[in-house]
Amino acid sequence: MTVPTPPGRRPVQRLVAAIDQGTTSTRCILFDQGGRLVSVAQQEHRQLMPRPGWAEHDAAEIWRNVSAVVPRALAQAGVTPDHLAAIGIANQRETTVLWDRHTGRPLGNAVTWQDTRTANLVANLVADGGANRFRDLCGLPLVPYFAGPRLKWLLDHTPGARAKAERGHVLFGTMDSWLIWNLTGGPDGGLHITDVTNASRTMLMDITTLAWSEPLLAAFAVPRAMLPEIRSSSEVYARATTVSPGTPIAAAFGDQQAALFGQTCFSPGEAKCTYGTGSFLLLNTGADVVRSTHGLLTTVAYKVGDEPAVYALEGPIAVTGSLVQWFRDGLGLIGSAAEIETLALTVEDSGGCYIVPAFSGLFAPHWRSEARGVIVGLTSYITKAHLARAVLEATAWQTREVVDAMNADSGLTLAMLRVDGGMTADNLLMQQLADVLDVPVVRPMVTETVSLGAAYAAGLAVGYWPDLAGLRGNWHRAGQWQPQMAPARRASEYANWQRAVEHTFGWVQQTPNRDR
Amino acid sequence: MQSIERAAAILRLLAGGTGPLALGEVAGSLGLAKGTVHGILRTLQKVGFVEQDQDSGRYRPGADLLHLGNSYLDANELRSLAINWADPLAARSHEAVRIGMLLDDSVLVVHHVFRPDDSVQAVDTGSSLPVHACALGKVLLAFDAHAAACAMRRPLAAFTPLTLTMPAQLAAELTLIRARGWALEYAELRMGEAGLAAAVRDRGGLVVGAIGVSGPVDRLCGQSGAPRPALITQVCDAAGAIARELAARRR
Repeated sequence: MTVPTPPGRRPVQRLVAAIDQGTTSTRCILFDQGGRLVSVAQQEHRQLMPRPGWAEHDAAEIWRNVSAVVPRALAQAGVTPDHLAAIGIANQRETTVLWDRHTGRPLGNAVTWQDTRTANLVANLVADGGANRFRDLCGLPLVPYFAGPRLKWLLDHTPGARAKAERGHVLFGTMDSWLIWNLTGGPDGGLHITDVTNASRTMLMDITTLAWSEPLLAAFAVPRAMLPEIRSSSEVYARATTVSPGTPIAAAFGDQQAALFGQTCFSPGEAKCTYGTGSFLLLNTGADVVRSTHGLLTTVAYKVGDEPAVYALEGPIAVTGSLVQWFRDGLGLIGSAAEIETLALTVEDSGGCYIVPAFSGLFAPHWRSEARGVIVGLTSYITKAHLARAVLEATAWQTREVVDAMNADSGLTLAMLRVDGGMTADNLLMQQLADVLDVPVVRPMVTETVSLGAAYAAGLAVGYWPDLAGLRGNWHRAGQWQPQMAPARRASEYANWQRAVEHTFGWVQQTPNRDR
Repeated sequence: MQSIERAAAILRLLAGGTGPLALGEVAGSLGLAKGTVHGILRTLQKVGFVEQDQDSGRYRPGADLLHLGNSYLDANELRSLAINWADPLAARSHEAVRIGMLLDDSVLVVHHVFRPDDSVQAVDTGSSLPVHACALGKVLLAFDAHAAACAMRRPLAAFTPLTLTMPAQLAAELTLIRARGWALEYAELRMGEAGLAAAVRDRGGLVVGAIGVSGPVDRLCGQSGAPRPALITQVCDAAGAIARELAARRR
């Protein structure tokens, strides 16, 4: 696929752009037809924490960053918007933004997936019917992690918002909706849509019909008029009117589902875990809506155009990479995230020390929002190097808990773990994972699978790639780690880890019937 | 070289004082214009010799200045910055990729990407390679005169009949590598195996590592024994992309 070039110049291959709107930064990555990375541009945004437990982003800042990184990625590759076959978007999920349809301005900051302000709101809903009261409808337990409770909180606490929302003047969206609306004209005819994977994280969508659920909208008191239209993950929604004018916007994807797609886990039983700020293990369950009894989520994996939706079981872990960031920024024990491996390798083990990073509760498989972090097993022998090792091991053990739940729910035994994300550059962590899971750990040739998945979905929609089988041919093994830990040691350390986790439970005393 | 003199004076001032200084204070102390001092401070900040306090905006000596004699770039840091560019090099060249740094008298493999044919391979990150007998090592020696001199004082072990074992041979090879910017290893470490590597440079041109591909001689090289031109471009492009990544990193 080439575009006409002036005589004497080398024809330039067309490329697909992925916008990865993540928790800490926004990136634009260009890929070629081999699924190989051509250029990357990145811009971090501010993490706003106005109160303990609150975590916000400025949606306007994020939109400015998108506008900046796309042209930078094009310039780095030496191409213009004409060379883009399509744009795909992958985004941090569950982060909730309200904006004014007429001015295009957000009503306050976006409330992110890490924010726990809805703990009491959720506790009150749980008191009235249990944590699983909506699980049959939406596949999710009632916890502060999802967008629905956040939307209710914002409507309850933003003066005038509910009335304007009822008249359709105020719009709701996750980051995909916000970006697509802005890319397609904003107040001037912007398209207000979301995709099935993002919608499956709101608690407002019926997981079977893939439509907004009236009972759930009623339960969260959400006006229908403010909601985006639910579309597939891979189709041409519209052409961009700005940033890369004329380019088809052809995919939207929750970031973790995008990574599953980027790892080409297209068959039931295939799973991947992405290691970033948090970590997310997703298992493709095909056309079946598998209900978890072991603390996992039922979610939409992807829907390509008019084809039936594919589902997944998911185990999200809230704090993994962010524990390394805390070790760097909060404790100041390392200068860069990568140095944790250097420090950890100066000792043989963690010296019996365990860190359970329940910074804002624990996600899968425990779902304990009242838990808080602990460091246990401290003795005067422990140095910062032992702590560094315990930080990395915390990610490995948390993965083990989720894999155990996944095996129990699916009735299958995971034979190999496909990994991706920034933390996979840490070879010690990769070895620890293989050791505690007792299965090989495999890193593919592209670690930026979130972006790759969004690019794949967009490229499929415009015919840049023919089909899923063609994409599989792009997947190659870049590294593999084999288990080396003795079984007896694995068992005793896992038992220690599980005791450490128990120490986090019940720390925060909740006060029901109060909203703040 | 007036600006270097002034930079030295600024560093002496910041290192010798009792606490962080504001821009105006530095300019006042040295009798220089604020704009001049600001430009120098920004450059010093970029190279890690000066840090600016986020809240007060005052300047103090940077951590890198205090550890000037220590290893300059963490090996794991290099891997995490290079990983996005080592992968596409392996995917485009269809060969295994390694990134190396000098450690003591040999090359430390800090990153390894499998040859993308899904055959059984083992990660050899953390292993050592003989510095005079591989492309990565020869590139690193070419841009480190001290390491090259040390290597040539030691006996140069022969791994194959083609290993460069005479110091004069190696010296001539390093001159050639400096001139053309890449190194070829032609059955010098293992019979039938070749390697091609280029230097990874940080700000100011400082060589911090090398990236290269390796594989069978007949895949990497043409009939004449010279490496395929497309492969040279791919290796040098990857080295350049990592250099951009290094230059863009925050301090």
